[in-house]
Amino acid sequence: MKPPRFEYHAPRALDEALALLARQGDRAKVLAGGQSLIPLLNFRLAHPEALVDINRIDDLAYVRANADGLAIGALTRQHTVERSETVRERAPILAEACRFMGHLPIRHRGTIGGSLAHADPASELPAVMVALEAQLTLAREQARRTVPAAAFFVGPLTTALEPGELLVEVRVPDQPRRTGGAFVEMSRRAGDFALAGVAALITLDASGRCERARIALCGVGPTPIRARGAETALLGATPAGAALDEAASRAAAATSPPSDLHGSADFRRKLARHFTREAVAMAAERATRS
Amino acid sequence: MPTTVPIALAVNGIRHELNVEPRWLLVDVIRDTLGLTGTHIGCEHGVCGTCTVLLDGETVRSCLMLAAGADGAEIVTVEGLSGGDSLNPLQEAFREAQGLQCGFCTPGMLMIAHELLHENPAPSEQEIREAISANLCRCTGYQGIVEAVGLAAGSARAGGVPAR
Repeated sequence: MKPPRFEYHAPRALDEALALLARQGDRAKVLAGGQSLIPLLNFRLAHPEALVDINRIDDLAYVRANADGLAIGALTRQHTVERSETVRERAPILAEACRFMGHLPIRHRGTIGGSLAHADPASELPAVMVALEAQLTLAREQARRTVPAAAFFVGPLTTALEPGELLVEVRVPDQPRRTGGAFVEMSRRAGDFALAGVAALITLDASGRCERARIALCGVGPTPIRARGAETALLGATPAGAALDEAASRAAAATSPPSDLHGSADFRRKLARHFTREAVAMAAERATRS
Repeated sequence: MPTTVPIALAVNGIRHELNVEPRWLLVDVIRDTLGLTGTHIGCEHGVCGTCTVLLDGETVRSCLMLAAGADGAEIVTVEGLSGGDSLNPLQEAFREAQGLQCGFCTPGMLMIAHELLHENPAPSEQEIREAISANLCRCTGYQGIVEAVGLAAGSARAGGVPAR
């Protein structure tokens, strides 16, 4: 089908967009890359009275390396992040995860902020941002606030964004030395949303024991799930054998996966366990080389 | 609010100034307003890829873009791959290797393959498969498509992609 009618606004400056959003309140939806919103419009599942198209706001598309991490503008295309040397150097797990997001033509248009604000529970990026402990900057007219990724995702397709607010930037802190990261997932077809995916960041001490772990899963709950129990199980241990088994079991136990025609809850739990093992082992191996 | 938005875009090197309704999809403007029906509409929700065009040099789903959002863009459709009625080497390879059956997915497959070969002139079979996995062929004629792209690549396997 075709989209329903809507008022169309295409501001060229952030201030102008925020003024529009303040005036429109919840009448308006923000159009970024459109790779989720346009299908919803085509299906008539979304009927916004107005669209605020932010694609003309060039100031929102950037990847900057700061002293303590990366700052990524919300309008940065997923493919730009995937290719960015800066991202590959400072947060390689982010570039790795982008490759799982849809297909190349989708990533050419799809944006970092759009994927996060859409908050599909099976989407890769939210889980990666939770594992990275990223900070999200939400702007409204005359005000800004910063929300940790873990607090941003409230439920399926639901975030902490309030009417009038726009996600403008994601800050990804640098990880400690001797940290390795890995993102792995399973989907039925390449490019589909994950049945289950795991983002792991493992920091090793000089003797190869785990001194810090960050593990988050996608596709196995209403929001990305931070597996704190699994992280604790790894601390002080060599990330292999019994400690890895225990971490994988705890990660699987922390999930509340859906059952649908793509896979039963039980199957997804098994995937969560399997991919936690795989992601942690891969991250630990990369940590030894970092 | 005006009911239409003025846009200017170049399609296959020809500049057009149009007034479009905000809700019009880029694919509909390409097909209905400009009459370029080589670009096909399949699923209309970004899954099948037959509407793929180049927007400022990059493949995009033209069913997932508003035409208003393409203001200022340079677009290449399947009609723009070759000059006039001749076929370019990629299109020749599709004919040679029977990379099409019903032809419905062909415009999208050509655009995807065109971009792949531009970025990676000698792709492996795995890389070809990964690239075209973005698009669906409901005839399931993928083997011929993979062979056609390999043939066009002029790689070591050119003409010799093993048939299965």
